[in-house]
Amino acid sequence: MLGQNEEGIKKRMKGRVLKNKIMMGMFFLATSVGLVFLVLLFYRVLTQGIGYLSWDYLTSGPAPYPEEAGIWIGMIGSIMLMVIVAIFSVIVGVASAIYLEEYASQNKFTEFIRVNISNLAGVPSIVFGLLGLTFFVYMFNFGYTLIAGGLTMALLILPVIVVSAQEALRSVPIDLHQASLGMGASKWQTIARVILPAALPGILTGTIIALSRAIGETAPLIIVGAATAIYTLPDSLLAKYTVMPIQIYNWTGRPQEEWQFVAGAGIIILLAVLLLMNSIAVFIRNKFQQRL
Amino acid sequence: MDKSLQSEGNKLNVQDLIERNKQKTTFGQRIEKIIPWFLLFCAIISVLTTVGILFTLLRESIGFFSNVSMIDFYTGTNWSPWSGDYGVAPLIGGTLLITLIATVVAVPLGLMSAIFLSEYANDKVRRVIKPILEVLAGIPTVVYGYFALTFVTPMFQGIIPDLGIFNALSGGFVVGIMIIPMVASLSEDAMNSVPNALREGAYGLGATKLEVVYKVVLPAAFSGIVASIVLAISRAIGETMIVTIAAGATPNLTFDPTESIQTMTAFIVQAATGDTTFGSTIYYSLYAVGMTLFVFTLGMNLLAQYISRKFREEY
Amino acid sequence: MTKISEETQETRAGSITSKPIVEKKDKQQNRESKNVMQVEDLNLWYGSNQALYEINMDVPEKRVTAIIGPSGCGKSTFIKTLNRMVEMVPIVKTSGSIKYRDQDIFNGNFKQEYLRTKVGMVFQSPNPFPKSVYDNVAYGPRVHGIKKKEVLDEIVEKSLKDAAIWDELKDRLDANAYGLSGGQQQRVCIARALAVEPDVILMDEPTSSLDPISTSKVEELVQELKKKYSIIIVTHNMQQAARISDKTAFFLNGELVEFAETDDLFQNPQDKRTEDYITGRFG
Repeated sequence: MLGQNEEGIKKRMKGRVLKNKIMMGMFFLATSVGLVFLVLLFYRVLTQGIGYLSWDYLTSGPAPYPEEAGIWIGMIGSIMLMVIVAIFSVIVGVASAIYLEEYASQNKFTEFIRVNISNLAGVPSIVFGLLGLTFFVYMFNFGYTLIAGGLTMALLILPVIVVSAQEALRSVPIDLHQASLGMGASKWQTIARVILPAALPGILTGTIIALSRAIGETAPLIIVGAATAIYTLPDSLLAKYTVMPIQIYNWTGRPQEEWQFVAGAGIIILLAVLLLMNSIAVFIRNKFQQRL
Repeated sequence: MDKSLQSEGNKLNVQDLIERNKQKTTFGQRIEKIIPWFLLFCAIISVLTTVGILFTLLRESIGFFSNVSMIDFYTGTNWSPWSGDYGVAPLIGGTLLITLIATVVAVPLGLMSAIFLSEYANDKVRRVIKPILEVLAGIPTVVYGYFALTFVTPMFQGIIPDLGIFNALSGGFVVGIMIIPMVASLSEDAMNSVPNALREGAYGLGATKLEVVYKVVLPAAFSGIVASIVLAISRAIGETMIVTIAAGATPNLTFDPTESIQTMTAFIVQAATGDTTFGSTIYYSLYAVGMTLFVFTLGMNLLAQYISRKFREEY
Repeated sequence: MTKISEETQETRAGSITSKPIVEKKDKQQNRESKNVMQVEDLNLWYGSNQALYEINMDVPEKRVTAIIGPSGCGKSTFIKTLNRMVEMVPIVKTSGSIKYRDQDIFNGNFKQEYLRTKVGMVFQSPNPFPKSVYDNVAYGPRVHGIKKKEVLDEIVEKSLKDAAIWDELKDRLDANAYGLSGGQQQRVCIARALAVEPDVILMDEPTSSLDPISTSKVEELVQELKKKYSIIIVTHNMQQAARISDKTAFFLNGELVEFAETDDLFQNPQDKRTEDYITGRFG
């Protein structure tokens, strides 16, 4: 009796172990699907775009023929837009984070700001486009200009900056607060001279990651009217502009196959910029993180 | 202590210097008082943004509903604004179809990835795979759109020969690929926070890893997993560029994934890029559709927050 | 275990009536020595939990006052009250008065920032700023508006010399203070506190995270510093208190049980609870 029972258990055991093995394979396969598509995407973009990538492509603007079209105007437009976004969102975002972490008392209003920020992060980007259209384009009468696009984008990434700056501030040890206040430094002196410098690497990393999201963002800029084809660089905040993703979108939508190669080349540039930004962020994080 | 220093020490009295400087510090004191107000002002900008979003969506939607009845908008099944038909159902249908396809792709793949990363992979493997998977979340959506249109659609056309260039299937599929990392990493967090003692208890009874996953980890992490799925769905609903590029611009109340459709977001892009004049009914319809979209995603986000708050209470 | 808790409960019950024993002869012996700080009827609450009960204590000038007691007895809270650092916890409430050179430090006109330039502090674990040694020491003077390079140079050199670390660090003033050893970091922190030439220096278990050699260096330094500064040092190490202090206060469950000349307190404690503590019967 007992022996038979043991046999049965052993048999079932084998089955269970086998099932475990098979499912582990399945889980691994499922994980690789995502990775495979990532590789496919890179491969596809590279093979499509590499042929059109050249110095001329980098230095010329939009053109009616695919062979003559280039990313220059879009690339510089993206950079200009990011400067506006960075100035506005970093000042407002870091200031908000300082307020929430260092000054705000734990009351309902503070909690309300916190909940509001986390909800804002979940609003679809295109809705921010509608916000920008109403306020910046029409109400403030900026029109379809660089500043309207920049402010819209800054509001879009503001929650990301606030949250990452809050985390960076929170990671500064309380010891340093005490040391500074213990010297008779005022609250603001403590923040400006000790807390902010110590939190700076974290804030920078968060900002770069947020900006790298903004630089690839397309939908809200379509709504606030980034131009699809302009031939000169914007020369003021109130000038028309275009950005890389808009150019790529525009080229992708054209029926002739050559335009897809032009778009592919643009994507290579865009992804290269993203890679560069993320590498800088990782570098800053690794360089400074052990220190604290 | 040497003598020269002591004599210097007599000459230099730091407390006196501080005392002398105190008279000059009124400027510093003023800064000290102004700064908190400036910071508060900045913190309020995010609140103003929310108020601004609500205000603009509500005001322009009210403008819209004074021209088109709300009942027609929400019950009509024909959306062709250029000829005056404003039944939003086809757009909502399009959004739901895309979301459904994306969910079907992302939930099993994301969950299984999470199980693999949290339960099976060793630390080394996890540290390589997780960041790579998260690269998927950082790729601009316009790039995904390009990928869907120029690669995924032709790929599906190999299987379904009469698939059109614009179709819900490849749009939804690629949206699904995009939200895999969201499901995977949030679910993995939930699984990681299941106490090891629970797992050890099951292993002690001779359970295999798979049995531990099914009987211990998944039930314990259930609400966290659900929250991650709800958040990912919310992302899919709001996704714009992929569907604009790959799923077409045909408002079409259908559940056939091979057809061309139009989502709410794609309509907003279409109307904003077309020659829509400020103040026209079509202009206002942007906001009515935007409002509907906003309500959908906000509902999903609040639901996810509610679920994960309950989850936090459990442990 | 149970015995101890019974005992603590008894002491708590008795605390309301029993007055701390302050030695009379101390005042006669040191008639010439002035008090730099005077604590009168100090009570302190964290929210609704009372942490300090009716503390009365005179801190003598240019001497080392040690504060001992088991963990959780309120000694750390007490020392942080003296420069109002305890108020970093927002729910703290106090009653009674603390006078620094006859000025009430809780008075609205008496600025916290000013108090802390007079009453400096060295913390439990070394907490230099992630800046250079020079910038660490120059921090206090700069915060208080001293900008001239020559003056700062002089202050930094003098403070590092006073903290007995100048010779070790004079060639490394630009090095990040985080790269120093724990003992060096703590002496840089002491130099940083000295840089504003405070009157009183509070030390909250300054050697608890240091190795024995660094500890003895800091102890020697304290002996040197008392020539110019009044020092209050919290320690959980009774031997340390006996070695370096002139007067010792014993805290238990938030009250000051006994405050006397160090030799007297250790050799001839007046209170049963002090005796139990220093003979190691609890704590």
